Amino acid sequence: MSTPILSAHSLVKHFNAGGFGAARKVVRAVDDVSFELAPGETLGVVGESGCGKSTTARLLVQLLKPDSGSVRYEGKVVGPELPLKAFRSKVQMVFQDSFASLNPRMTMIDAVAFGPTVHGVSQSDAIRKAQDLLDRVGLDPARFGGRYAHELSGGQRQRVNIARALAFDPQVIVLDEAVSALDKSVEAQVLNLLMDLRRERGLTYVFISHDLNVVRHISDRVMVMYLGEVAEIGPAESLYGAPCHPYTEALLAAMPSLDPDQRTMEAPLAGDPPNPIDPPSGCRFHTRCARAFGPCSTQIPPSYTVGRSHVAACHLNSVKEHVA
Amino acid sequence: MTSGFSQSDMSLIRVRDLSVRFAGTPPVHAVNSVSFDLAPGEVLGILGESGSGKSVTLKTLLRLLPERKATITGTVEIDGQDVLSLTGRGLADHRGGIVSMIFQDPSLALDPVYTIGQQIAESVIRHEGASKQDAMARALEMLELVRIPSAKQRLENYPHEMSGGMRQRAMIALALACRPKLLLADEPTTALDATVQIQILLLLRELQQEMGMGVIFVTHDIGVAVEVSDRLAVMYAGSFVETGSVKDVIRDARHPYSKGLLAANLVGAVPGTRLDAVPGAPPPLNALPEGCAFAPRCAVAEDLCLVSPVPLWSDGENRWARCVHAKREAARKDRMGAGN
Ligand SMILES: Nc1ncnc2c1ncn2[C@@H]1O[C@H](COP(=O)(O)OP(=O)(O)OP(=O)(O)O)[C@@H](O)[C@H]1O
Ligand SMILES: Nc1ncnc2c1ncn2[C@@H]1O[C@H](COP(=O)(O)OP(=O)(O)OP(=O)(O)O)[C@@H](O)[C@H]1O
Ligand SMILES: [Mg+2]
Ligand SMILES: [Mg+2]
Repeated sequence: MSTPILSAHSLVKHFNAGGFGAARKVVRAVDDVSFELAPGETLGVVGESGCGKSTTARLLVQLLKPDSGSVRYEGKVVGPELPLKAFRSKVQMVFQDSFASLNPRMTMIDAVAFGPTVHGVSQSDAIRKAQDLLDRVGLDPARFGGRYAHELSGGQRQRVNIARALAFDPQVIVLDEAVSALDKSVEAQVLNLLMDLRRERGLTYVFISHDLNVVRHISDRVMVMYLGEVAEIGPAESLYGAPCHPYTEALLAAMPSLDPDQRTMEAPLAGDPPNPIDPPSGCRFHTRCARAFGPCSTQIPPSYTVGRSHVAACHLNSVKEHVA
Repeated sequence: MTSGFSQSDMSLIRVRDLSVRFAGTPPVHAVNSVSFDLAPGEVLGILGESGSGKSVTLKTLLRLLPERKATITGTVEIDGQDVLSLTGRGLADHRGGIVSMIFQDPSLALDPVYTIGQQIAESVIRHEGASKQDAMARALEMLELVRIPSAKQRLENYPHEMSGGMRQRAMIALALACRPKLLLADEPTTALDATVQIQILLLLRELQQEMGMGVIFVTHDIGVAVEVSDRLAVMYAGSFVETGSVKDVIRDARHPYSKGLLAANLVGAVPGTRLDAVPGAPPPLNALPEGCAFAPRCAVAEDLCLVSPVPLWSDGENRWARCVHAKREAARKDRMGAGN
């Protein structure tokens, strides 16, 4: 791989969850997460609710400070080697919560024009750009430009957020559940727009979503997270075609049926994820894994290379490697 | 089994010509002449365009819209009650007693400063006048019903002390605590991963059958709608444009917007290729065209569609669509069927 445009190096983030001294409890939201993004590449991120996807995204765009580890942009460590302000103009984020990320007292046109004005674009040019972007995300600026956030539906708000991120002319956009509030047709329009921009401007995306079909469609590579760690990462095609981690398998098997005569009768994975305050020893998935064996409860699985740029942190792969 | 419009005596919900306008410049005509029925114990899935009035319709059934800003016309009867004229005690019994709602974001339903147990118990006391002890016992029963592990300890938990999936289950427990006859679900699994989502859907399906509860389930995920619904409705620009059994709508939609929406589904698409979206954008909700609201974007629209009121096609039983083509298509399919 050429120099990655963006890379995460052993990111760790633990949140305080009350208690002091020896009784102090921490949520291990992100525990030693590393990955690289090639320029123009799209990395999909999937995983259980609460496994640390949004926290990883916030660490990546420098909205959160990691406890340890670092983020590099074009090889330079953000902070010491690359000033934050320069980084911010290159990397933008669309947040999961479309409501909280819009100023309730700003009209939508001003919300989108805000970015360019901060970067010294004249007010009238910024407004023109904002109108153009609203149009591209399928919102008529004449109708929606003057509205406030609470006067829009969830899907309309999320598209304003996408327009707002684009207004900064970034190189990388981290999209956290950016299309989950949209109907399938508007979703298709927004995905087409993202794919067009990727072609036109060589944009790089980190695309977080619970919708496994969407992730498969837009991603070159996919990262699967479980309880703050990377379970598996690899090319979309091989990961969906031949998953090498039982959690990935369960996730794929849990996709809803589209056939009214073949409804799902049983959930592939029972129970709730363990508490991230006190994650299980060894492999964090072993408590729910149907195929756990000897080493799983005590030894942390290393990252096994299971294919071309495809790695999985599961002991079963050691057995497979011997068999192969 | 229910019909689109008749048989209203046995309906749990009977909505006729419901319209909702929001004041403003310009005003927003969010819901336009919606009519539908729901039988007791029936599950209606609503799919539809983002901004087409799905959430506003649900909120109207629960009377959650801001009274000063929203003008509601038409009739809404739920369990024999005229919902739009409810006030005071009657309205309080309606909300949470007869009808409950669950949301995508549990923080809209759960109060962060009370424990889960307190919140469920409080609702049972308010609606059923139960004693504190009985109410707490019900709370425990509800948490067990939604399969929250170590339910007894979890009664003492605050919402933030639970995982996303568990919070969603706690919200369902709260919504079902007073055994409502109708559950309104507004994208309750959109924020969940696939493994937890399917658990919640199976749970809802089971509880719905056990309690014989009617459900309206709004979602953008066609697979989710298929998993839970008996019947589907598709909304566009504030109107229901089509309804029918899940099988009929999924396999053989008759309205061009429904067809477009279902075709935009990603399943089977070649990764990275452009997707088939319905071209164009919905009309402004303050200036809907005289005829069919979808006509300006419709590939098969005729001059007639733009100007005259859209005829309703119905198969006489369970399904109908608001489109001139639906009638012709039905006639053609009947002929083909007869020829076989
Ligand atoms: N500011 C915070 N303080 C304390 N705990 C936090 C904070 N932010 C996140 N967490 C916890 O960190 C864990 C990871 O949260 P995160 O939001 O990153 O998950 P996620 O994968 O994005 O989940 P979802 O799919 O539900 O959006 C969760 O257990 C969460 O409760
Ligand atoms: N309080 C309000 N004031 C003015 N307009 C509103 C208000 N609430 C909703 N609207 C408008 O009413 C229309 C219907 O909104 P609604 O929230 O019902 O859409 P929806 O079908 O649920 O969409 P989504 O799938 O995006 O959630 C939208 O155009 C929205 O902008
Ligand atoms: Mg998140
Ligand atoms: Mg909605």
